[in-house]
Amino acid sequence: MDAELEREFDRVVGAEQRIEPRDWMPDGYRKTLIRQIAQHAHSEIIGMQPEANWISRAPSLRRKAILLAKVQDEAGHGLYLYAATETLGADREDLTRKLVEGRQKYSSIFNYPTLNFADVGVIGWLVDGAAIVNQVPLCRTSYGPYARAMIRICKEESFHQRQGYELLMTMMRGTEAQRRMVQDAVDRWWWPSLMMFGPPDAESSNTAQSMAWRIKRHTNDELRQKFVDMTVPQADALGVTLPDPELRWNADRGHHDFGEIDWTEFWQVVGGNGPCSRQRIEHRRAAHDDGAWVREAAAAYAHRQTDREAIA
Amino acid sequence: MSFDNAYDAITDGAGDDQHWAFGTGFDDPLAGVDRAVPADTSAVDLSTYCLMLADDALILSQRLTEWCSRAPELEEDVALANIALDLLGQARLLLTRAGEVEGAGRDEDTLAYLRDEHEFRNVRLVELDCGPGPGGDFATTIARLLVFSTWRLAVFTQLAHSADPVLAAIAAKGVKELAYHRDHAAQWTLRLAGGTDHSRTRMIAALDQIWPLVDELFTPHPVEQSLPAIAVDPATARPEFDDVLDTVLTAATLPRPTVPPMSPVAGRTGRDGAHTEALGYLLAEMQHLARSLPGATW
Ligand SMILES: [Fe+2]
Ligand SMILES: [Fe+2]
Repeated sequence: MDAELEREFDRVVGAEQRIEPRDWMPDGYRKTLIRQIAQHAHSEIIGMQPEANWISRAPSLRRKAILLAKVQDEAGHGLYLYAATETLGADREDLTRKLVEGRQKYSSIFNYPTLNFADVGVIGWLVDGAAIVNQVPLCRTSYGPYARAMIRICKEESFHQRQGYELLMTMMRGTEAQRRMVQDAVDRWWWPSLMMFGPPDAESSNTAQSMAWRIKRHTNDELRQKFVDMTVPQADALGVTLPDPELRWNADRGHHDFGEIDWTEFWQVVGGNGPCSRQRIEHRRAAHDDGAWVREAAAAYAHRQTDREAIA
Repeated sequence: MSFDNAYDAITDGAGDDQHWAFGTGFDDPLAGVDRAVPADTSAVDLSTYCLMLADDALILSQRLTEWCSRAPELEEDVALANIALDLLGQARLLLTRAGEVEGAGRDEDTLAYLRDEHEFRNVRLVELDCGPGPGGDFATTIARLLVFSTWRLAVFTQLAHSADPVLAAIAAKGVKELAYHRDHAAQWTLRLAGGTDHSRTRMIAALDQIWPLVDELFTPHPVEQSLPAIAVDPATARPEFDDVLDTVLTAATLPRPTVPPMSPVAGRTGRDGAHTEALGYLLAEMQHLARSLPGATW
């Protein structure tokens, strides 16, 4: 019986069709998806913090509105993705527990600090930009609810990226101090952005199975190369220097060559020793714990309303 | 290495508002409205009146954004950001109007970032720390939002008929937003009052905490009195406010607070530029970057 179901599953995936919540799926597929979508949801939510750090100090009211709307979008992305995990039988409260207890991960990029206002623009340009490169192939991922959430999210991320780039352009046309802020932010975010694509293919444990299941469609290194090739001309147009002396066009390959990523730093940050790792988790844990009495009140109230309706 | 067509679909397309999940409301509600100062009207008074209404929205928006990434649940993070965005939008329109009526070349940012504490004209209610800082909690935030949005909705409903077409248009847009804010606050008041014993205790304490600043909302200011037909006399908003509060408090079986009003400072309150100690810190944070790079463009 299971063998027959599995053949049908393989056929649907192989034919580039979608698996839907009620369809049979292998346990490993379900578990891999829950883990991947939850990590993605956690990243959206933790990712609110570095940018929220500048909302109160945004230097114009227009920038304040744009930034607030962007951070609000990220909360929305988290909501869609937690909803997608629920179609697989996961529970948001349980996933949040795992996040705040350090049992599930989120994107390490958010463990770096935002130290000047240009960081807001650079996050939009490079971090949302890298997220788009990672996520666009997921719009065709084999699990239906995830693919549909990704289409909506990618549209919004591309808007974030344009907004970020536009802020940087404006700052580069401003004062010398503003140009220094932009370059400083680029210097700090460039390498962590490249790390967002994960470890090199040779060391990436999950890639092969995820590719076969069409959960993942390109390898980490392919996506990283795509990102570098896209970003270099944008950096030129902006007038900033990407902090890599080995970065140059390779006509034979038709791609840019670039320097070696500091994988020691990558694994340190993944392992919870990033500059803001503890702070980000603690912030999320505090918000969740401080809000517990409110969620309990809302649940008790809703329960009482249902009882009342049952009696009436 | 091949990439999906989906990529192109995403990178082109117009850079408009519809890409935001929850909208930004950057569209101009004043398109086509006559912006001249109405005849026989003091530009100084009209500009000051716009500042009062603008500062109320700006400072409360600034306070509400403090919840961003700290709300009790994600849905509430989204909702509070939404309300803060609406108020920020109201503030921007009103500041722009204040600057253009004044005629001294001050735009929304000059007015928001380069005025000092005593030049802010907001009521004291909006500047208090009502959480997530140490000054309050979610219940205090809700209690203030309930009082503020009920009051402002009552004022804006009348202001939508102002003899100044610009103020009328701004108010007409604001009415829809404020009705949502008031409803959101009322829903939470019911939930907290009727949730657990603990949440009920906190809701009662929250209303007591903000109640001393309620009377100030309804005290007419000379600037408002000097602009008949343009400005709303806030005293006339009191009956609607009392009705709505009575309805919500009755439904929530909450007592109406009896805490006496907070005194003015040397006879002056927020509308006159006499504030609580909280405002200086709020402005120091909000203004520091804009002030530390003179000549920068953002
Ligand atoms: Fe996002
Ligand atoms: Fe984003």
